[in-house]
Amino acid sequence: MTRLLDVENLTLQFDTDEGRITAVDDVSFSIDQGQVMGLVGESGSGKSVTAKSLMKLNARNAVYGPQTKITLHLDDGPVDVMALRSAREMQVVRGGAISMIFQEPMASFAPAITIGNQMVEQLLIHTDMSKKQARELSIEMLARVGISDAAKRFNQYAFELSGGMRQRAMIAMALSTRPRLLIADEPTTALDVTIQAQVIDLMKDLVAEFGMAIIFITHDLGVIAQTADTVAVMYLGRLVEQGPVREVIRTPSHPYTRGLIAALPDLEHLDKPLTPVPGDIPSPLERPTGCVFHTRCSVAIDGLCQREVPQFTQLDDHHRVACHLAARERGAA
Amino acid sequence: MSDRTLITTRNLSVHYPLRGGLIGPRQVVRAVEGVSIEIARGSFFGLVGESGSGKTTLGRALLRAAPITHGEVIYDDGEVEYDLAAIDKAALKDYRRRAQLIFQDPYAALSPRMTVRDIIAEPLEVMGLTKSRAETDERVREIAARCRLNLEHLRRFPHAFSGGQRQRISIARALVSRPRFVVADEAVAALDVSIQADVLNLLKDIQRDMGLTFLFISHDLSVVAHVCDHVAVMYLGRLVETAPTRQLFARPRHPYTRALLSAIPSLDPDERGRAQKLEGEIPSPTNPPPGCKFQTRCPYAIDRCRKEEPELEHIGAEHNVSCHRWRELSEELAMA
Repeated sequence: MTRLLDVENLTLQFDTDEGRITAVDDVSFSIDQGQVMGLVGESGSGKSVTAKSLMKLNARNAVYGPQTKITLHLDDGPVDVMALRSAREMQVVRGGAISMIFQEPMASFAPAITIGNQMVEQLLIHTDMSKKQARELSIEMLARVGISDAAKRFNQYAFELSGGMRQRAMIAMALSTRPRLLIADEPTTALDVTIQAQVIDLMKDLVAEFGMAIIFITHDLGVIAQTADTVAVMYLGRLVEQGPVREVIRTPSHPYTRGLIAALPDLEHLDKPLTPVPGDIPSPLERPTGCVFHTRCSVAIDGLCQREVPQFTQLDDHHRVACHLAARERGAA
Repeated sequence: MSDRTLITTRNLSVHYPLRGGLIGPRQVVRAVEGVSIEIARGSFFGLVGESGSGKTTLGRALLRAAPITHGEVIYDDGEVEYDLAAIDKAALKDYRRRAQLIFQDPYAALSPRMTVRDIIAEPLEVMGLTKSRAETDERVREIAARCRLNLEHLRRFPHAFSGGQRQRISIARALVSRPRFVVADEAVAALDVSIQADVLNLLKDIQRDMGLTFLFISHDLSVVAHVCDHVAVMYLGRLVETAPTRQLFARPRHPYTRALLSAIPSLDPDERGRAQKLEGEIPSPTNPPPGCKFQTRCPYAIDRCRKEEPELEHIGAEHNVSCHRWRELSEELAMA
């Protein structure tokens, strides 16, 4: 497998009126070409902020840690994303090598410009196509994602399309520049299950056809199980567990990952009571010391988890977990 | 109708007129069409379907918050009996206390300028249910405690709370007037999975302790499977199947129910691609297809389905389905 992206020691803070808030804390991961990585966690865990960092798309009050290093391995050689300054330099990644699709496609399309004109506009910026070529490619892409009457839809506005249709158009637009990496931020959360199944299928087909990598952000582990090759679980800005999808879902090793899986309603066992992860995610202003999860953890080790940040324990070649208890059990075994 | 039934609807329809152009026929959106259901007292009744299936409109019609175009809705809690289609003003005021609604989005449902105490107390004050401020405070504290909110919480404003806590505030507000019937419209859809289970457990506890009847509207079948004892599946304004939860999940009879069940993403990575995929999208309610409303997406549709609309048919203990082919399909699928 050829490496596409390396993220090393990503730390990101926001300067706010109430002080400096840590959104992402020392996160490292890699993605190979054509690989689908699931990024899981609840609201406030920092998953969207992490993904946006790859294009430096975060707000102006974002402060990146000095150790942060994001490297994109393109055909013309590696690109150091943190070193990119002007909007012009950024075009290599933004809409170039990386495209992004969002949860609410209605809010992501401009309401007063036709779908087609928005697709053509970005192609004119990122490629050296003529207007005519851009138009042809856009219609072809709309048809490719399963939109019937693509030539007609090309001239319509976002409000004229259904939710599922809009998300397809969003995908068509994101893929028309042939990105190497697609960031999909909760792309199916706003859709009905039947339409979600269609969009997931479509994304799988497109990975196979275009060979791009995907970062799939979601809070739904079922969607991850159906799409991803690898999973990274985030909690309060820290990666707590990562590994191949089968291993993480079958043998979850962090108490938080276990909690997420146990909280899912299980259709096979309707009598089983639902088990929530106790408590609420703490406010970013009151970040817990030591292991960030210890305030909600039922197996926290007294005196240790409150004080020391757990380092990663390697469970096997690719599966690792940041938990004192898992480290102890591993040491004892 | 048994004396154990809280809500009975007969042929309930909710239509909304659309302002058409100057020429051409006046169009009507048939949001709910010919729905007959019975909701037993003390039950947790689930209503599922995709966006546009009419589930929210049906819920609102039962609260008399949507116009009832045709049919009957009878409410009977043992103390009073109302025919909601023909209810007078005074009775409607009393019904508002007895039937409450919990909204989907706990961020939009709470006024940012009111303290949690005032938010929960508002229904009591508006409906004049308490005689003194002390009594109001007593009622607020009592319901807040049940929803696991403490005195400190009551003094704060909603912005200081997380999604799960806000939903508990919404629940307390809905319950403070001691209703008999509560419609929860996608009450956990906006919450994280880790918090969702907590709110669901709370709703179940409250329903049991206070003897409430819930209409639980959701698009998430796995959640419905866990909390509801009875489920109705809607498609394009019609009921397509109703059954006790276990029965529905073990032996779904309508092709749409089957498709919904198989579209739930499995947690097993080796189950990939096994789902029975549903093509296309739900048609517009202004222009529904002839015959069975599901025929445009149904993999088993035959000529008859395209011409003749199926009736809701009683096929077993509390199990009803509206499909011309349910019998032969269950045999076929059992063989396969």
